[in-house]
Amino acid sequence: MTFLLAVATGALYAGGFYLMMRRSLFKMIMGVVLMGHAANLLIFTLGGLVRGLPPYIAEGQKHLGEHFADPLPQALILTAIVIGFGVNAFGVVLIRRVHESVKTGDLDEMIETDSPEELLK
Amino acid sequence: MNLCLLFPILIPMTTGIVALFFWNHLRIQRIISILGGAGLFGSGIYLLLCLLDGGIPTVQIGGWPAPFGITLAADPLSVVMVLLTGTVGLAVSVQSLTGIDSRREAFGYYPLLHIMLMGVCGAFLTGDIFNLFVWFEVMLFASFVLLELGGERAQLEGTVKYLALNLVASSLFLSAVGLLYSAAGTLNMAHLAQRIPEIDHQIFPQAMAMLFIVAFGLKAAIFPFFFWLPASYHTPPGPVAAIFAGLLTKVGVYSLIRVFTLFFPGSSDMLLFLAGLTLVSGCLIALVQTHVRRVFSFLLVGHIGYMIMGLGLFTPLALAGAIFYLIHDIVDITALFLISGLIQKIAGTESIDRIRGLYRSHPFLALLFLVPALSLSGIPPFSGFWGKLILIRAGLEAKAYVLVGAGLVAAFLTLWVLSALWSDLFWRPEKPDEAAKADQLPQEERGWKGFGAEVALYGPVAGLALITLLLGIFAEPVYGLCRMAAGHLLDPSAYIGAVLGGNP
Repeated sequence: MTFLLAVATGALYAGGFYLMMRRSLFKMIMGVVLMGHAANLLIFTLGGLVRGLPPYIAEGQKHLGEHFADPLPQALILTAIVIGFGVNAFGVVLIRRVHESVKTGDLDEMIETDSPEELLK
Repeated sequence: MNLCLLFPILIPMTTGIVALFFWNHLRIQRIISILGGAGLFGSGIYLLLCLLDGGIPTVQIGGWPAPFGITLAADPLSVVMVLLTGTVGLAVSVQSLTGIDSRREAFGYYPLLHIMLMGVCGAFLTGDIFNLFVWFEVMLFASFVLLELGGERAQLEGTVKYLALNLVASSLFLSAVGLLYSAAGTLNMAHLAQRIPEIDHQIFPQAMAMLFIVAFGLKAAIFPFFFWLPASYHTPPGPVAAIFAGLLTKVGVYSLIRVFTLFFPGSSDMLLFLAGLTLVSGCLIALVQTHVRRVFSFLLVGHIGYMIMGLGLFTPLALAGAIFYLIHDIVDITALFLISGLIQKIAGTESIDRIRGLYRSHPFLALLFLVPALSLSGIPPFSGFWGKLILIRAGLEAKAYVLVGAGLVAAFLTLWVLSALWSDLFWRPEKPDEAAKADQLPQEERGWKGFGAEVALYGPVAGLALITLLLGIFAEPVYGLCRMAAGHLLDPSAYIGAVLGGNP
């Protein structure tokens, strides 16, 4: 299972970077979304995948047993998902407004902020 | 329970929320914003007094003992950064009164500004690496909206670039945090500092160090990652650009300093290499720009190199120099960007070719421009001179001659760029037909005129210029504070002890 998730994480990172390298505004946002998923899945996998073990100290014991489910990575991912959701929602609205204003979805044509004023006229 | 640690976070938060309640009452929002800025500055001073009084203050949030809960801790570096956030926040909120048009004000400019300041202060004060990520996101979120507020075409384009690069940086940072947790089993920074040397395979922390360099380097705009900054920072109005340039990049620098002193201590060739290239490339590209704020943006990038240089050398002198330079740079760059906003307001453009002879109509502005410009170039008695002197001397002691050369070249280029810019903007004779046209410059759209408005426009710049002069004249006590901060960074046992207390 760990192997499968590792491959999935790698694929998500690769897909995210690939989409961001494309020229399309929409694919760029999709790339950002995929990268966020990749980071979350990475943390999930790194937290250790154990099955059927409790995340608490057994009755009568003072310490955790040798094997236990670590709840912390899941708490981290939950936080990251919430943040990522907000950021992605903002990103989608932003590209809509950009598209309305610039009238193109081609990132290579968005050169206004990088060019001297004379070149644009 | 040290309340002094909570004020820098609670004050901007309260200001932001209360300002939201007065959505339709701009006048009340402005008053709240000024009060909030002043309160943040006051809380910075209070925090400094707390630190000088009784060692590093810490708060365990929710009463959970470290390393299980989230800790806030303020070592001297954090305190200095919070104090500067207060200074810049106050200056920017005063200038916003006249520097921001009412259309932007009406869409929640003041709440956003203060929520962003809360994120910045939180990032400086937290003692937990995942919490640092969360504060980064708080800060970024407000900054995305601030950058986009107004909805001009250039602003929207700039925001797309800024958003994409920052989200890549955030997901790399998050990945690094996850990897660090899986290797060391903790998220508390002080606890991590103890655990990381005990990791079996030391190649693992090195890989994470690279991830942190990329993640924070993107935010701090160091050499290969700086291209997004000049593409976005010249699009919003002056006060917004000033707080972005002055503070947000420095949050990246602060995080680099924090991570590379606590987790991966030691001199780093990688950082030195990047610092040298940042210094030379930023200042060289500034030479050929034709837009006032893009000149400043590239100079800002170049001067980040000095701080990275101090961090890379990793001697007590070099770290003290890096912190001194950090203080100088925040004040100075904020002043320069505020001035660029003023120029934009006066001339209606920031294209250097189209601005001439401002000295005739605005001699005071010419003088105000000169102070941070000379300070940034490293002319005594201003603060930039001492910062550079300490760093160059540290470089010579460490026999990093190439890097020292890069630092000197960068300082020379800065002087060249800024003096050429000053004489172009202020001294170049006006064309006869333009002199007539200058009388009919478009009137400012804001209704508030008169002496009070002038004070709100020029006062913050004058204040920051005065601070950079005072930092230069009274360099000794400031250097003492930097030396103390560097001592804490080099030997983090006091920090670790204060955070973990009796629970190692």
